[in-house]
Amino acid sequence: MSYIPGQQVTAIVQRVEIHKLCRGEILILGFSIGGGIDQHHSQNPFSEDTTDKGIYVTRVSEGGPAEISGLQIGDKIMQLNCWDMTMVTHDQARKRLTKRSEEVVRLLVTAVSAEGCAAVHQSPGE
Amino acid sequence: MDTESQYSGYSYKSGHSRSSRKHRDRRDRHRSKSRDGSRGDKSVTIQAPGEPLLDNESTRGDERDDNWGETTTVVTGTSEHSISHDDLTRIAKDMEDSVPLDCSRHLGVAAGATLALLSFLTPLAFLLLPPLLWREELEPCGTACEGLFISVAFKLLILLLGSWALFFRRPKASLPRVFVLRALLMVLVFLLVVSYWLFYGVRILDARERSYQGVVQFAVSLVDALLFVHYLAVVLLELRQLQPQFTLKVVRSTDGASRFYNVGHLRYGRRMAQGKDLSGRRMGFSIAGPALRRVGSLRVAVWILEKYYHDFPVYNPALLNLPKSVLAKKVSGFKVYSLGEENSTNNSTGQSRAVIAAAARRRDNSHNEYYYEEAEHERRVRKRRARLVVAVEEAFTHIKRLQEEEQKNPREVMDPREAAQAIFASMARAMQKYLRTTKQQPYHTMESILQHLEFCITHDMTPKAFLERYLAAGPTIQYHKERWLAKQWTLVSEEPVTNGLKDGIVFLLKRQDFSLVVSTKKVPFFKLSEEFVDPKSHKFVMRLQSETSV
Repeated sequence: MSYIPGQQVTAIVQRVEIHKLCRGEILILGFSIGGGIDQHHSQNPFSEDTTDKGIYVTRVSEGGPAEISGLQIGDKIMQLNCWDMTMVTHDQARKRLTKRSEEVVRLLVTAVSAEGCAAVHQSPGE
Repeated sequence: MDTESQYSGYSYKSGHSRSSRKHRDRRDRHRSKSRDGSRGDKSVTIQAPGEPLLDNESTRGDERDDNWGETTTVVTGTSEHSISHDDLTRIAKDMEDSVPLDCSRHLGVAAGATLALLSFLTPLAFLLLPPLLWREELEPCGTACEGLFISVAFKLLILLLGSWALFFRRPKASLPRVFVLRALLMVLVFLLVVSYWLFYGVRILDARERSYQGVVQFAVSLVDALLFVHYLAVVLLELRQLQPQFTLKVVRSTDGASRFYNVGHLRYGRRMAQGKDLSGRRMGFSIAGPALRRVGSLRVAVWILEKYYHDFPVYNPALLNLPKSVLAKKVSGFKVYSLGEENSTNNSTGQSRAVIAAAARRRDNSHNEYYYEEAEHERRVRKRRARLVVAVEEAFTHIKRLQEEEQKNPREVMDPREAAQAIFASMARAMQKYLRTTKQQPYHTMESILQHLEFCITHDMTPKAFLERYLAAGPTIQYHKERWLAKQWTLVSEEPVTNGLKDGIVFLLKRQDFSLVVSTKKVPFFKLSEEFVDPKSHKFVMRLQSETSV
């Protein structure tokens, strides 16, 4: 999924709703993120386009809430509770995900597989 | 096509004599006129070798050569043009002050020599006296004793050779008046010999020792002790100075060519005139090249000069100045009018200051000209060099070595000299032009080029090997003897030169045309620590972005 600055991005997204699991004091979601605009973009093995600086799911722990909800490794998180995640730093993403006040996170994720099967319906630009 | 310019005419302005300069000026003007007239090929007649091929310039160069090799010994502290009365008195004082120095120095040498002779003869005396004095009472010498004779003989021989090698090496550098280490060694030897004689006198001569073997062993022990003293001398006098302690930076004052050298603990000078120095603290004294008359061991200075002659590129006065076209623009076009000023005392300084300030404020473009001039010169040199290389390469293809089995007409066979002359003609012009562009032609006469060519042909050298001498300015020692044989160098220092080298000392080695500025710096003390790295500890990971688990 290429990103041209200044143009709208068209993507096939999937809604994922994860309920945080309460383990002791902390609420965990059960996956790891990588990426962010402050990270080095070429070091992200999950982004097919090396200039992509979005937040990617790098690991999903087994049996965790994320896996139950259907989050997969390599997914790119586009929105989080209606907050944009395509242009955030790594730390901002982490903070938003780990907010104590929220029990449920609603993500809009996109994945290569999702894009592939729905390629017919993709509209080029807008 | 050559674009001749006024360039090479400026190179001789730093001349040495007035008459040759006049000649040069006249010739330069004449040449420039002719050059403007006919662009392109300058007419150079290629004559048969044996007649001067290079034009007047080289003969003028010879005239200048005479000025180069200064055979007049110029006395220190004076300028080369005039000797003032003060200087005369100072010279006289120097000369009479140094006379007692000669005596004391010779005294030192004589003392050392007598001590050495005494210590050498002492074991022989120890061996010979008992048989002479009380032969009847002496026990006969057994085999072990006679074996010791051989060892004494060889050890004395070794001692003799070692002393000759160590102490009599440099006849031209005389010993300094007070040299702590040598004095110490002499005192040590003296004490040794005296104590041995005392012991010998009391216990052996007076008591009329019977056992000759004991006497011989005593003599052998003395020779051993002397050998150890010699070893000590080697360590103190030679080895201690080898360890680098100081770094010397030697810079030539005219063109900034510099080198760094490492030296050990050396003494860098010696005061010639004791007592007062009339010109404040600045003491100067001279070394006259191969004839060191009155001067002491200027070790570091001599050592630096030796290094200078084979490390530094030759001093070329023609390469010093900026071309005139660049400097001429610097002349200020300002006129200063004084309005209503009556006193003219401070007028001049005020005027010059105003002129300088105005010139500084004006936009100065001379750097531009300098840059373009440099680029142009560089291009010209490279073009001429290319021509020269091609000409030489082609010339070398015309001759080849005669193989043994080939039979040739005896008229066609040439010896190296004739072969060199035969191929020289084709490269002569290119060579001459190149040398003139790089301002090297005073250093290479036609004869020297022919000789070098003959040398290269004899040893089967390639054209490139032949050319290395001309393409880069070599060290001074490579050129003709008159150029590098130093006639007069002067050591100038602002501190008393009897001390050893210290950090931060600066002194000058002066010649008429230029000087070498030498500054010392202590070699830093290195603290080295060791760290062991386990080869298995080299591990690597992929540098991914930071991954946070939520």
